[in-house]
Amino acid sequence: MLASDPAKKLSFNRSIGNGDLVIVYERHDNMKAVTVSEGSVLQNRFGVFKHSDWIGKPFGSKVFSNKGGFVYLLAPTPELWTLVLSHRTQILYIADISFVVMYLEIVPGCLVLESGTGSGSLTTSLARAVAPTGHVYTFDFHEQRAGSARDDFERTGLSNLVTVGVRDIQGEGFPDEFTGLADAVFLDLPQPWLAIPSAAKMLKQDGTLCSFSPCIEQVQRSSEVLQTSFTDIRTFEVLLRTYEVREEKSESIQGNGSNGSLPCKRRQCSDGGSVISSPVSSVMVRPCGEARGHTGYLTFARLRCLL
Amino acid sequence: NFISKMCESSRVTWEGCSVLLDINDGDRLVFARLSPAAKLKIGNKNCSLQPLIGRAFGTVFQVETAPEGPYLSPTQVNVDLRDKVNDNNAEVRDGQVNVESRDNRALVDNNTAQSLTGEDIETMRRQGARGNEIIEALIANSATFEKKTSFSQEKYRLKKQKKYAPKVLMRRPGSRSICEAYFKKYPSKIGFLRVDTLSLLLSMANVSSNSDVLVVDMVGGLITGSVAERLGGTGFVCNSYFGQTPYSMDIVRIFNLSEEICKRILRSPISDLLSQKESPEQIVQHDDDCNAEIQSNDQISASVTMEEISQSSENGISELGAENTEPAVQEVRKAPKAGEKAQKEMIDSWKENGFSSLIIAAPELDTWTLVRDLLPLLAHSAPFAIYHQYLQPLATCMHNLQLEKMAIGLQISEPWLREYQVLPSRTHPCMQMSAFGGYILSGTKICSS
Repeated sequence: MLASDPAKKLSFNRSIGNGDLVIVYERHDNMKAVTVSEGSVLQNRFGVFKHSDWIGKPFGSKVFSNKGGFVYLLAPTPELWTLVLSHRTQILYIADISFVVMYLEIVPGCLVLESGTGSGSLTTSLARAVAPTGHVYTFDFHEQRAGSARDDFERTGLSNLVTVGVRDIQGEGFPDEFTGLADAVFLDLPQPWLAIPSAAKMLKQDGTLCSFSPCIEQVQRSSEVLQTSFTDIRTFEVLLRTYEVREEKSESIQGNGSNGSLPCKRRQCSDGGSVISSPVSSVMVRPCGEARGHTGYLTFARLRCLL
Repeated sequence: NFISKMCESSRVTWEGCSVLLDINDGDRLVFARLSPAAKLKIGNKNCSLQPLIGRAFGTVFQVETAPEGPYLSPTQVNVDLRDKVNDNNAEVRDGQVNVESRDNRALVDNNTAQSLTGEDIETMRRQGARGNEIIEALIANSATFEKKTSFSQEKYRLKKQKKYAPKVLMRRPGSRSICEAYFKKYPSKIGFLRVDTLSLLLSMANVSSNSDVLVVDMVGGLITGSVAERLGGTGFVCNSYFGQTPYSMDIVRIFNLSEEICKRILRSPISDLLSQKESPEQIVQHDDDCNAEIQSNDQISASVTMEEISQSSENGISELGAENTEPAVQEVRKAPKAGEKAQKEMIDSWKENGFSSLIIAAPELDTWTLVRDLLPLLAHSAPFAIYHQYLQPLATCMHNLQLEKMAIGLQISEPWLREYQVLPSRTHPCMQMSAFGGYILSGTKICSS
């Protein structure tokens, strides 16, 4: 997924090969991750698509089914992956993910600790942010989910950037081997306050922490516990509102007098008078009616500086 | 080279590095460069920034008095007063309303509560009283302090602290802190680009190491610097401009980017990226012109960069003075140069392979025509993100991209950000909120067969 391997970098000269991961785009709200395999097919409502037709084509191509229907084949990115991955748990979406990466000040070379791994949605973006020299150590107490996450990181080519551990961070804290080495810690746990003292031990001077919690009571308890070793404690909500665009063709009606240069039709009205109408075309935009109302609260903090 | 390695992820300041001074919890924000001569004016005192060199980012300093004059001294920050409030008030801990809790029904605001006068305080100062001692004296001499609720007492104490014992928090400049500081104090300079919006641009454009990112940055260099930070010394960011004059990139200099990262920031006029008509000689000449322009831009911006970002600039004078008294040679040694002109080989390579992604923040250019011209420079399936303060240009652009079948996954987003105050019995969204942080049009370029 990431361009760490120059041969895999997105380019005019790169084409889809056997074994590549592609994102099949049917519609903006209907996408799916497929690993290209010579001899396999993809079947959907547009028909049957042969993978062999895809090999050798550039990413971003339109490909056709036996029935003449089509889909687009896109190169995977962490954003697209978040929209297509299989949900073993509730996941984080782009608005929260991008804010977390920015606010934790994660840059290439950083060492990041995360718990719980969940479905690996955020983890994928963390890996992108620390590449090529950093690393993400992520922990989940559920062995099966940890295994699924490991499989996903193999599939998306992130295994050398992400290490998944099975561990109960609330009960045991982070492993001692990371003491004083973490640039950032991210917590998505039911009782994050239990993990906060351990997180404080793991962080470097002025290191950053983020805790994601759906409920305000969790936020209150976490903030209280944070005060011992942390400063700059701030809690946010972040959401996205989307807009839809339409071309509107409407008629603008003028009275009997002519209006100069606009081409217009003269229409006969039932009472014998006439009206001039001119077609007007404009692009109109309005907010979408549906929106996500809440995902969770993001509480950020920095490790206090000790003199 | 050792210095540049140190710079990259150093958590400790060094001579010549850039810092963000947060005075009194965000009341005043000053970007400064830690040169031996640099000074900061707090209240009516001028303090040298020398004590800040070699200290960890995140250290808090207070002004101390000494025979030689006032100086900044690192302090250990006290645990928050909120804890004290917790201990003193049973009603807070139980979450129940205590019938005997205080309120403000008897408090009359007629300016007679404080018995210490301004002269009394000055006398105390001259006698060497420290800030905290003055604050305790004010509290002791306030007739109404005991009658206040514990929350109100805390507020009073904090207010006096800001005046008599101001704190200076030394923050590390980076995309987050720089964006927040500018958005709070001088938002027009960054086109009202809020920090969550900036973070979305970086994600939506899949900015990561080993990428070649094309950027049209008319927001002072904030986007260019942020992209360079995420590239971490690999790949390239091509800061491109319409016409012959590069856009200002002052803000890049505030970032403390290592030499390796700075080398990855290149500039090119859009016309060079689009055409193949120029002969080698013409390009060399163009180089000289461009370099001269870049230098003059940077000299003008030298005085602008290291200034206090607030509307009133009288306190910014000390920083400007420190900057300008240094000889030009010293300046170049300390701040690695970013924004060299992209050479022909580089431009050819970009044309050959295509850019990995595109970010645009260009309020003065027509969005659709710019995107129409630049999209062919992107590799197929490359994502792009366009920032604008106004919705209409993005709507028109999105519509046209759909008609021309140049991109898919098109979306116009408006990020919404709200901060919360989280305190025992006092948790609620903050009273102040940013209503607007801009719009983004994002999408993925497709291969038009």
